[in-house]
Amino acid sequence: MRIAVITLPGSNCDQDCHRSVEAAGATAVPVWHREMSLGGADAVIVPGGFAHGDYLRPGAIARFSPIMTPVVEFARSGGLVVGICNGFQILCEAGLLPGALLRNRSLRFQSHDCALRVERSDTPFTSRYREGQVIWMPLAHADGNYYADPGTLEELECEGRVVFRYSDAEGESTEEANPNGSLNGIAGIVNEGGNVLGLMPHPDRAIDLALGWQDGLPLFESLVDSVRQRAPAPVAVAEGRALAGTAR
Amino acid sequence: MSRFRVEVLVTPRPGLLDPEGGAIHHALASLGYDEVAEVRVGKAIYLEVAADSAAAAAARVEESCRKLLANPVTEDFAVTVRGEA
Amino acid sequence: MSGANGAPRPRPGDPPITPELVEDHGLSPSEYELILDVMGREPTFTELGIFSAMWSEHCGYKNSKRLLRLLPTTAPWVIQGPGENAGVIDIGGGWALAFKMESHNHPSAVEPYQGAATGVGGILRDVFTMGARPVATLNSLHFGDLEMARARYLLEGVVRGVGDYGNCVGIPSMGGEVHFDRGYEENPIVNAMCLGIVRSDELIRGEAEGVGNTVMAVGARTGRDGIHGATFASEELSEGDDEASRPQVQVGDPYTEKLLLEASLELIASGDIVGIQDMGAAGLTSSGAEMAGRSGTGVEMDVARVPVRAEAMTPYEILLSESQERMLVVARAGREEAARRVLEKWELEAATIGQVTDKGTFRVLEDGVPVAEIPALPLTEGCPAYERPGEESKEVRALRAQDISRYGDLSGDDLQAAFLEVVGTPAVASKQWIYEQYDTTVRASSIERPGGSAGLIRIPGTDLGVAASTDCNGRHCYLDPRSGAAGAVVEAARNVACTGATPLAITNCLNFGSPLRADIRHQFREAVLGIRDACAHLETPVTGGNVSFYNETDGKAVYPTPVIGMVGTIADVAKFVGHSFRRPGDAILLLGHNKGELGGSEYLYTLHGVVAGGPPTVDLEAERALTRCLPAMAERRVLSSAHDVATGGLAATLAECCLGRPRTGRPVGASVRLDDALPPAALLFGEDHGRVIVSASPTDEAEVREIAAKHGVPCAPIGTVGEERSSLQIHLRGEFLELPLGTLADRYFGAIPRAMDDEP
Repeated sequence: MRIAVITLPGSNCDQDCHRSVEAAGATAVPVWHREMSLGGADAVIVPGGFAHGDYLRPGAIARFSPIMTPVVEFARSGGLVVGICNGFQILCEAGLLPGALLRNRSLRFQSHDCALRVERSDTPFTSRYREGQVIWMPLAHADGNYYADPGTLEELECEGRVVFRYSDAEGESTEEANPNGSLNGIAGIVNEGGNVLGLMPHPDRAIDLALGWQDGLPLFESLVDSVRQRAPAPVAVAEGRALAGTAR
Repeated sequence: MSRFRVEVLVTPRPGLLDPEGGAIHHALASLGYDEVAEVRVGKAIYLEVAADSAAAAAARVEESCRKLLANPVTEDFAVTVRGEA
Repeated sequence: MSGANGAPRPRPGDPPITPELVEDHGLSPSEYELILDVMGREPTFTELGIFSAMWSEHCGYKNSKRLLRLLPTTAPWVIQGPGENAGVIDIGGGWALAFKMESHNHPSAVEPYQGAATGVGGILRDVFTMGARPVATLNSLHFGDLEMARARYLLEGVVRGVGDYGNCVGIPSMGGEVHFDRGYEENPIVNAMCLGIVRSDELIRGEAEGVGNTVMAVGARTGRDGIHGATFASEELSEGDDEASRPQVQVGDPYTEKLLLEASLELIASGDIVGIQDMGAAGLTSSGAEMAGRSGTGVEMDVARVPVRAEAMTPYEILLSESQERMLVVARAGREEAARRVLEKWELEAATIGQVTDKGTFRVLEDGVPVAEIPALPLTEGCPAYERPGEESKEVRALRAQDISRYGDLSGDDLQAAFLEVVGTPAVASKQWIYEQYDTTVRASSIERPGGSAGLIRIPGTDLGVAASTDCNGRHCYLDPRSGAAGAVVEAARNVACTGATPLAITNCLNFGSPLRADIRHQFREAVLGIRDACAHLETPVTGGNVSFYNETDGKAVYPTPVIGMVGTIADVAKFVGHSFRRPGDAILLLGHNKGELGGSEYLYTLHGVVAGGPPTVDLEAERALTRCLPAMAERRVLSSAHDVATGGLAATLAECCLGRPRTGRPVGASVRLDDALPPAALLFGEDHGRVIVSASPTDEAEVREIAAKHGVPCAPIGTVGEERSSLQIHLRGEFLELPLGTLADRYFGAIPRAMDDEP
């Protein structure tokens, strides 16, 4: 199984994602942003960093990188795509995920551990978690304040597309536990088809207890499981949220 | 073809929380500028554009705003042609 | 007209060389005589500019190099000592560690955000031009008291600048130190350190080897930024300078830096290039001349081929510009196109500007017409060295002799209040507000992040860990520069050793006032001797560093601040030891013994407004034993925690051991009994060296004591780790303190946010 890890100029976490994919038992394939094809990869990760310096707005220039054309096509045909941190910002700018990531409420770059409540364990990215489970991982961003207009926000909540929410250690989604001012404490969401995930915290920095946390590894393992399960034939997903197309 | 100086103002959409504007508002108030009722922070982008007319330059820049320079989810923009370069 | 082969002649518009012009270039009449000797003729204006940059304090080390030669620089594990872009040591497993520290004090005093940001940029380039991938940064920051608006402004800007730059390039911050004292009110100290790793056989050096090889300018375009910054960094700031200095501010572009980093490492791995050098201070001049000087060849370049972003730039300006994010690359003849393809991939501009020659000169043309030609070696190495005698200021001698014993007696509520005040002083309090603005987890290798004793990172794919710490107590150095500087070395070594790592080598950044003053020269000499003694005893050689003089405004110099950046290794990061208590019921032991030395302490400064007394004494033999004993204990896995005693004394250390980390830590209480016959305040707040507080499970305690005894390190049980949500209780002779964890946490974690008007 091959999972493409995109490297854009300014990507910082491509190596971390590479190691995470391999730790989950798949092969990570580095893909440079000028490539026009994903080379038959089974899933795609858009890693964190400061693609194109985050100049203008995080993700605004990156979404026009050549590789984003096949990434968008892959996502539209049901392929599994994960955007972490800057990758989440890029996927929002590219229109694969709704909303936008605004400057943190503190107006500062924030780098610290955070607790997340897993809201859905029935997505292709979270099957190895329990619903309601509290997981820990680092976050590191200046623009992680999730915003969407009220209509979109309601849609996300009603359709159960909020996958991770900032919480305290007990799993309560309180104002104090919200690090950056994200609406409804949203840390990660999926698209309508359920096949594109974006999240601000870094599961790729939480795959090894020696570094503090291992709670990010199940995300990559879930992704690998999902690719494996989907490989033979098109698979429908629960609750009528069918995933269009087949992943290769 | 002439070169036009075009100014793009990108501003947060009304109602969108603007923490930077809030911080500046707070700082102004603490310096005694109590009369300031609201502060919103946007950005100005200056371009020089080769085009046949001011209108053509403006149209082209507006297109680029929709595509790149502004995020339609959170930002509004205004394009003004400031004259020839 | 002179042809391409002729001698350089003045350009139209060049000012005539007058004694005033020479003086404006920071060159003395005797130095100018030396230049005439080297040249055998009058230099052109361009050549004068080149000499002025290369023979400035910043590049030429003229007031420091004689003394710096006294420092120990060798050990079997040292691969590259001073003189290269960065020092390099062998850390085993085929890996080498490149590391270096540099100052950006003057630029940060003028514009804290860009000053600090470009400081980080420069030190990263020093490391990746050795072929090493930067894996961590540290810093050492010294500001005035946070009650002063200027200190808050500088702290805010510097932290943002350090953060934005390092975060964007994707290098984790692994630690550092931040001090506050009115001695730094006008002139902050902003030192940045970088660590990089490289396979030992893939190291490269900044040399222009191979006659006929091609010299390329790579990266950002050259503008009129910071012309004569290297000279600027070598002169004191004076009142009213702020406005005039502003145009010299250089603006950092971390995105271009990231591209340069990746492109440089790819180029080095490809073998298409032989050398690479940052265009740092004095830009094209120093990079070109140093590359020629180191390899004993020569370099010829045409400034008309250098990509510029300002119009009508003169050769003088192009040669001395300090525009950031530029590199000089020497490509192998015939492989320029391959090199160019790598640079194009990373969207970097590259221009061929000249070649390596066998003439031994640094030769500059302007569109084919010679404008400068200077023998390379005298230019890089011939800067005269001075060692003028120094003399200690009477004021300092009097301060040191002052009797401070009366401050040691404190009792009851006063003692309890003093404890909380010391723990809540910004110099002691948690630096969470600062380090949470730095990305500390990118690269997924941070074993110990900022906030502990020293930072520790793991080399990816191995169990090997590298620990590092930056330390310098400027107040101690002010009162006694020799013991203060030695103290900085031993403190840094203790911090590294507390993690379980063995200290191996240092880099340093020597921040002082004007060397034209006898008292500053005395401080500098004494500090160098202190470092020499300590490094020799600990067997931690000096592999490079940086000298920053003229840190003064209107005659008021900063405290002498010789910052030490210590690195060490631990073979297996699983044996890493954290700084805070972990298990209720663990035994608490003190390694070393209490002397109650209050001189130069944070307690005296904060509670009594006094900077006086002799600073803590340094026993180098004891420190050596201690820094060997700790890794031995870690190796046996008998420690639950280890934490150094320094600023704020035992009070600060015990509070930190109980509180642990913010957000995820679980504060635990402790019950401690100290029987020493010392005045209570001296015992709790004295900053005596040679002490570490460790904790161990009751079953491991005996082995801890055994290992200590074997190393000749005093080791005494002083208490027991308590429960969560309890208190820190301290029994002294006739005194008892009870400090609820909640109160301690509020003081310790809340101090800096409150000072910055940023309630947690």
